[in-house]
Amino acid sequence: MKNAWSIAKKELGLYFRSPVGYVVFFIFLLIWGFFFTSAVRWFHDYSLQAAQNPYYAQQLNINQMVLGPTFQNITIFFLLLLPALTMRLFAEEKKMGTDELLFTSPLSVGQIVGGKYLASLVMLLVMLALSAVSCLFIFLYGNPEIAPLLSGYLGLFLLGAAFMAVGLFFSALTESQVVAVIIPMGLNLLFYILSWAASSASGVRKGIIDYLSFIQHFEGLVRGVFDTKDIVYFLSFCFFWLFLTHSVIQSRRWR
Amino acid sequence: MGAAHDVFEAPDAVKRAIGYLPEVLPLYQDMTVSAYLGFVAEIKQVPKAKRKASVARVVASAGLKDVAGRLIRNISRGFKQRVGIAQAMINDPQVLILDEPTIGLDPAQIMEIRELIRGLRGEHTILLSTHILPEVTQVCDGVVVINEGRLMACGSLEDLAASVSSADGVLVKLRRAGAEEAALFRGLPGVDKVSAEGSELRVEWRRGRDLRDDVARLALDRGLGLREMRSLAGIEDLYLQIVSGRAEQ
Repeated sequence: MKNAWSIAKKELGLYFRSPVGYVVFFIFLLIWGFFFTSAVRWFHDYSLQAAQNPYYAQQLNINQMVLGPTFQNITIFFLLLLPALTMRLFAEEKKMGTDELLFTSPLSVGQIVGGKYLASLVMLLVMLALSAVSCLFIFLYGNPEIAPLLSGYLGLFLLGAAFMAVGLFFSALTESQVVAVIIPMGLNLLFYILSWAASSASGVRKGIIDYLSFIQHFEGLVRGVFDTKDIVYFLSFCFFWLFLTHSVIQSRRWR
Repeated sequence: MGAAHDVFEAPDAVKRAIGYLPEVLPLYQDMTVSAYLGFVAEIKQVPKAKRKASVARVVASAGLKDVAGRLIRNISRGFKQRVGIAQAMINDPQVLILDEPTIGLDPAQIMEIRELIRGLRGEHTILLSTHILPEVTQVCDGVVVINEGRLMACGSLEDLAASVSSADGVLVKLRRAGAEEAALFRGLPGVDKVSAEGSELRVEWRRGRDLRDDVARLALDRGLGLREMRSLAGIEDLYLQIVSGRAEQ
């Protein structure tokens, strides 16, 4: 663990010794702010109408009407943004020849892969932590429930972790950073919209496709339904891609 | 080898005992020299208490004091090479493996790096892989020649020279190197063989004798226009003989 952290520290350092880290945070907060204020604006208009109609007023729910849509919308941006964070992790090392340093060190492949993944998770965590500032305003001016908020953030974190596990794998596969960003974008999108295909399927096939798609699992968490099935889905998804990454790096180390 | 471990059974123990400088320098361009060396010390599992001292030690012995705080992307090629050697030494390895350490450097930098490597002998066993043959004569005690994955020769330079052929000789560059000139040299007492090699003549005699003065005197006396004369026992020839000679067998 300590050794993996050495790698993670180096990766985090490199994010912030180049503009990458700052640009990613800036753009993320910009987009988050846009989605969040749009949701607040819409909620504001809606509550004005609701003030004249007790039926609408009952339906007002700040969790589902502000935070939920923001979480859902930001995932679209995650699709584009997160592969850009993982693309250089292995591809750049291979291109610059620095992977030889890692492979001839006494570190195990698991520590190297784990350290790099850890660094990307820390980036994701910091992004989410920064975005949580906007939630402070909701607590100041409203009274949202804390549980769905937390499970929504957990969903966002797990979804991001899944995106980045795919990204890490393709970064290990190629030395071209462009390839390492485009393939995960497409593949993640595919996993994301897989459930569209489920609408025309039926029976077992529909069940399988629905299970494989991110959407169902993610939406459950955003709605505040904490189901271990969804957690297991995301963890096994990440584990699968990390395992593949481990195998790729392991085989390269022997060459 | 001092590191008595098996690469397959205890790869980590072996990796801790060696320092390796790959041909392509494994440097992170966006790190400062000292931050980079600190990182290498960390992944090579130098104990935390010793890390600072190790970085200071290699910075001093590789002559990096002036650039320690600068980004690696901003330092010269020669300094980058030194950083490469420094990172290989950071865990104070018993065996130091240097792959082409002077490639891409200017002559002054090459001299510096060779000086640095020579200074390290005694402290470490150094394995130097190179295609620059004069480097071998200047730096190495023992030589191993490998061609296409096969071990061709192994020993000190003198041993190799003696084992390859019983002939010694010179390459002579004259104003004109034709049949007439060749015949003149062939007439010298002790000369076994004269052959044209491009614009030069190759004059050979049995190892142990020294006819270099005779060859030179003949060339001057007959006004053949002596331009250059060099010993056949140069390391390039030695290498070519080892590689081609064994390949024919």
